[in-house]
Amino acid sequence: MRHTISVTVENRSGVLSRVVGLFSGRGFNIDSLSVGETVDATISRITIVTTGDDRIIEQVTKQLRKLVDVIKVTDLTDVNFVDRELILIKINATEKNKAEILRINEIFRGKIVDVSPTSYTFEVTGDENKIEAFIKLVKPFGVKEIARTGKVAVSREM
Amino acid sequence: MQMTGAQILVQSLKDEGVEIMFGYPGGVLLDFYDALFKSGIRHILTRHEQAAAHAADGYARSSGRVGVCMATSGPGATNLVTGVATAYMDSVPLVALTGQVPTHMIGGDAFQEADIIGITRPITKHSYLVTRTEDLARIVQEAFHIASTGRPGPVLVDLPKDVLAGKAKYNRPKSVNIRGYKPKVEGHSGQIKRVLTEIGKAKRAVIYAGGGIILSDASAELRKFAEHNQIPVTNTLLGLGGFPADHPLHLGMLGMHGTYRANMTIHESDLILAIGARFDDRVTGNVAKFAPNARVVHIDIDPSAISKNIVVHVPVVGDVKGVLAELNRLQKKEEPVWAEIRQKWLDQVRQWSEERPLAYDKDSAQIKPQYVIERLSELAPDDAIITTEVGQNQMWTAQFYQFKKPRTLLSSGGLGTMGYGFPAAMGAQFANPGRLVVDIAGDGSIQMNIQELATVAQHNLPVKVLILNNCFLGMVRQWQELFYDQKYSSTCLASNPDFVKIAEAYGVKGIKVENKKDVDSGLLEMIRHDGPVVLEVLVDREEGVYPMVPAGAASSDMIFGPKRKEEKKLKAVK
Repeated sequence: MRHTISVTVENRSGVLSRVVGLFSGRGFNIDSLSVGETVDATISRITIVTTGDDRIIEQVTKQLRKLVDVIKVTDLTDVNFVDRELILIKINATEKNKAEILRINEIFRGKIVDVSPTSYTFEVTGDENKIEAFIKLVKPFGVKEIARTGKVAVSREM
Repeated sequence: MQMTGAQILVQSLKDEGVEIMFGYPGGVLLDFYDALFKSGIRHILTRHEQAAAHAADGYARSSGRVGVCMATSGPGATNLVTGVATAYMDSVPLVALTGQVPTHMIGGDAFQEADIIGITRPITKHSYLVTRTEDLARIVQEAFHIASTGRPGPVLVDLPKDVLAGKAKYNRPKSVNIRGYKPKVEGHSGQIKRVLTEIGKAKRAVIYAGGGIILSDASAELRKFAEHNQIPVTNTLLGLGGFPADHPLHLGMLGMHGTYRANMTIHESDLILAIGARFDDRVTGNVAKFAPNARVVHIDIDPSAISKNIVVHVPVVGDVKGVLAELNRLQKKEEPVWAEIRQKWLDQVRQWSEERPLAYDKDSAQIKPQYVIERLSELAPDDAIITTEVGQNQMWTAQFYQFKKPRTLLSSGGLGTMGYGFPAAMGAQFANPGRLVVDIAGDGSIQMNIQELATVAQHNLPVKVLILNNCFLGMVRQWQELFYDQKYSSTCLASNPDFVKIAEAYGVKGIKVENKKDVDSGLLEMIRHDGPVVLEVLVDREEGVYPMVPAGAASSDMIFGPKRKEEKKLKAVK
């Protein structure tokens, strides 16, 4: 099963390599990973999406907690949470299909961030299903490039 | 007052109570070694950095204090790696200090530069690259704190040359406060009560006690607990000495080369009380077939050790000494009906002991290695410290030496490091000057750190090296004999040196024993000599270690050696 794990860590050099090294060294999977500062500049948040059975996920969280630079580990899958990712996607555009591409983008509430005579670049945010659906719909037009952030997530307050 | 980083480091070590360290100097450490000179901290120059790490490890394991080793940047630091990994696998409190090129040169492939933090990341409990002289005092303090608390382990501190040369005030904080590091020491009271409920229900309980008993100095609590409940105790390799070998409840070691009674007791049990142990694969054999009818209680300070390899029914996270003391406090007198049930189980265990005791051919004209170890066990005082190398020498020691006190066996269990025993014995001898310290070695292992004869000669350190010479890498040869059609590929040490002459060349006393009748006199001469000794005993070349659980088999599926191979396996009596 897939789990989204939120890890707050000391905002220091070398910390990410400890976290990532733990995953590779112990044979855990990383499906996606994103890192950024929190409100407190001395703390970063690493959001990791990982796959494994209950025993593996238990080990993942326990091993993460053992790292001295790790402050808190929360398996968000156990609680109510919101997650989002962002993609920048460059799509081939011709006179014939331009309108169609723009219509799809509008439905997905994407932003146009760059235009050229032969392409559009959109910025789309959403949960995984939305992003996957968008990619699926624009693929037939020809995708030149995708840059994808990986998930960020927070627990819901209520 | 402004001090140099080197002076701050020396002061920090003193404030941690460090009296002795093991190391090897080099270019980037010149400032430190200058500050160390006549500082009051004793520095033992080993002849290889790996030996410095193992010596610090042996010092730590035998004394319970933090061991300190040091090496210069680049090759010095990489030579420490095996020693650090050894300490990591066996949870030994160690602080490894490494020199580093100046901060502005890091990453530029400078002379003798290695990313030692990166290299040792998976084999340290934590590590620090010090980038500012003013951080040094705090970091050293944190390093010692992390190494020695919770589940102990090695911490590496990397020291760039300019940080040691730079100046700052000595500002050691009053206490350590690391927000991501708060090890849980006290066991949960509800869980502790559940342990008692489990014991109350069990008819065939067994205690499986590991190195945690020794690390936590919990031998007395364990003994009280086992005696009160009349539960037999088996030890892991690292747990040996944590429960007296001559105690009627003791089963000996379990696992791949464990005793028949220990493996049968575990296999047939309905409750395993795992205390400070981690269900290593050498213990469990095939996990799927391990103790099929047992409920498992696991007491350990490391939450990640719980349910890692084996499903645990009742976990208790905490320091085993405190948890055992609490269990002992809560225990009431046993009802007579339970005493009867336990007696039945103990009778069964005794039957297994009688069926298949540890054995070897005592009538052989050749010197059997087991015989040498039995005799040493008999002749050495109870507080003698035994270190081992890795392989047959290690397993025979675990089987045939009677460890009666904690911290008397030092052995590389997790990593299985050949070359560990001799330098570890040096460290143990420095920590315990009045005691007999013997490294039980094989002819293969001893050659991995034999250069340390120079170190023991220099200090007239009375470490004894007992080489069981079978001219083979015996354990690998044994596997080739059993599973690879006796093709002894690269395991024959045909051109071994004359170990007596080697010892003498270093100025160390050498003794050779070639006949069975001379074993006792050789051992006594070794024990009584006031100084280092190498005792070489020419043993039966093709003796094996039995019983043995082949890799992947259930722990009850033991083989008992070539002569007994055809015998039918004895079925357990339910």
